[in-house]
Amino acid sequence: MTFDSAAIRTQFPIFEVPATGGAALHYLDSAATAQMPNPVLEAVRTHDANARGNIKRGVHFMAERATEAYEGARDKVAGFLNASPTEVVFTSGTTAAINLVAHAFGQSLKAGDELVVSELEHHSNMVPWQMLRDRSGIVLKYLPITGEGRLDLEALGATVSDKCKLIAVTHVSNVTGAVTNVSAIVAAAKAVGARVLLDGAQRASHGPVDVAALGVDFYAMSSHKMFGPSGAGVLWGRAELLADMPPFLGGGEMIRSVTKDVITFADPPARFEAGTPPITQVVGMGAAIDWIGTLDHEAVTTHLNRLTERVLNGLADLGGGNGRIKVIGPQGLQERYPVISFEVDGAHPHDICQILDGHGVALRGGHHCAQVFMDAMNLPGTSRVSLGPYSDDGDVDAFFEGLEDAFARLGVQ
Amino acid sequence: MNDALYHKAVMRMAATSKGAGGLENPDATATVDNPLCGDRVTLDVTMENAVITEIGHKVRGCVLCQASASTIGEHAVGQRAEDVKHVRGRIHSMLNGGADETPEPWTEDVAAFEPVAPHKSRHQCVLLPFDALIEALATAKAGS
Repeated sequence: MTFDSAAIRTQFPIFEVPATGGAALHYLDSAATAQMPNPVLEAVRTHDANARGNIKRGVHFMAERATEAYEGARDKVAGFLNASPTEVVFTSGTTAAINLVAHAFGQSLKAGDELVVSELEHHSNMVPWQMLRDRSGIVLKYLPITGEGRLDLEALGATVSDKCKLIAVTHVSNVTGAVTNVSAIVAAAKAVGARVLLDGAQRASHGPVDVAALGVDFYAMSSHKMFGPSGAGVLWGRAELLADMPPFLGGGEMIRSVTKDVITFADPPARFEAGTPPITQVVGMGAAIDWIGTLDHEAVTTHLNRLTERVLNGLADLGGGNGRIKVIGPQGLQERYPVISFEVDGAHPHDICQILDGHGVALRGGHHCAQVFMDAMNLPGTSRVSLGPYSDDGDVDAFFEGLEDAFARLGVQ
Repeated sequence: MNDALYHKAVMRMAATSKGAGGLENPDATATVDNPLCGDRVTLDVTMENAVITEIGHKVRGCVLCQASASTIGEHAVGQRAEDVKHVRGRIHSMLNGGADETPEPWTEDVAAFEPVAPHKSRHQCVLLPFDALIEALATAKAGS
């Protein structure tokens, strides 16, 4: 397989839709939500047109079809993660997956137990643990970050004590694109008998993840960041951990039997999938995994690295060496994904993003749901470029044209 | 559309930044955040007989937020809490398609924010300094 960004782009009908003022769309916000290609859109439509029914307990034709499609998606996710389907729990997204662990695994923790997150985390991997701390009396510790916006692994020894029960960190930062050195985290956790949860929301769109090789215990990801529909996501957990965890939500589908006085819960993963799940979205997520499987990831990585380098070099050139533009996070291509945050002296991210929107360029500005990171870096927020396999040189050209216009309008010297 | 948003009057108001800086001995202070973007406005106020006598603000925010705070710095002295609430209500209405004019001395400056109306995600940028002022005034009233 060879990589052809133009051919990839034609699979995404969103690019036929004019943006602000009729401008061509230059979508540089894939870290927030990736676009959906035709095979995924078609899978979603086809499912609801031909196989719509509730899953599991129905015996009729459509219920059987829907169940088959839903469980088929579970098999696809399991293959994507190199895991067993019984370890794959469907949720509404990464946030719900982490909340599930915070509630269910969290019930095994007692006051004084410690849990470690990093200052780099998205609120989805911070607030659930802060809430657990506030209701259970556990101690929440924060792994600091380096000046380059990476986890400070040298601080692991001082942060992870023998009271630590879980380390929950991002696999790839949604602000800086920095890739976490997972083996160092896993080693620190294993040394004290702690578990590891990885927030994989930003990683999953870049190809299969081998959770067994990573050596982690929980992995969370979202469909909408990996070219699938919003409203679906996954918690992967080691079978023995899921088996020991009580349910988070109660309702239909998660029980084996119910009497007036006694509930017997279903085995995982059903134990954690109370109520009617997002069936159509899960089917779409399965189609998205199929689509990701069609990509030559080495070629995509080469393409995205080249575009990332263009963005980094362009920002350096535009900054003119006078410090008016500062890239927040890794300065080069090593151990990073194509998410590039930058700060402009004298221009607010929302003003930059607003003016770029007038050029058809979709950029994200603000704290990116990482306020603790922003505080640690003493930043009000950043502007963020994030790329997908459909991104091309035209997008980067439009970004810099828009940025120069923003500088002129906002009086950036 | 963005040309209209960042027109000369708004850029001038933001650059002027009337009232920027904290007060030494405020009667009340309020800090409010915009959860959407993390912007923060801190507003200090002194009062005499329920009338604003001094305003000071610190803004960590965009051009629109800075311009809005500057408008407050320009016109809030001499006003009462109910006046400020009324102006805030008129701005909110204007941003949502209302046609009622904001009273003097706010009229011209507030009209400069009309182009923000189609950009719902930016409404709070304009309203945030007013929310801070209203909260500060409520604190001052409670403490009086």
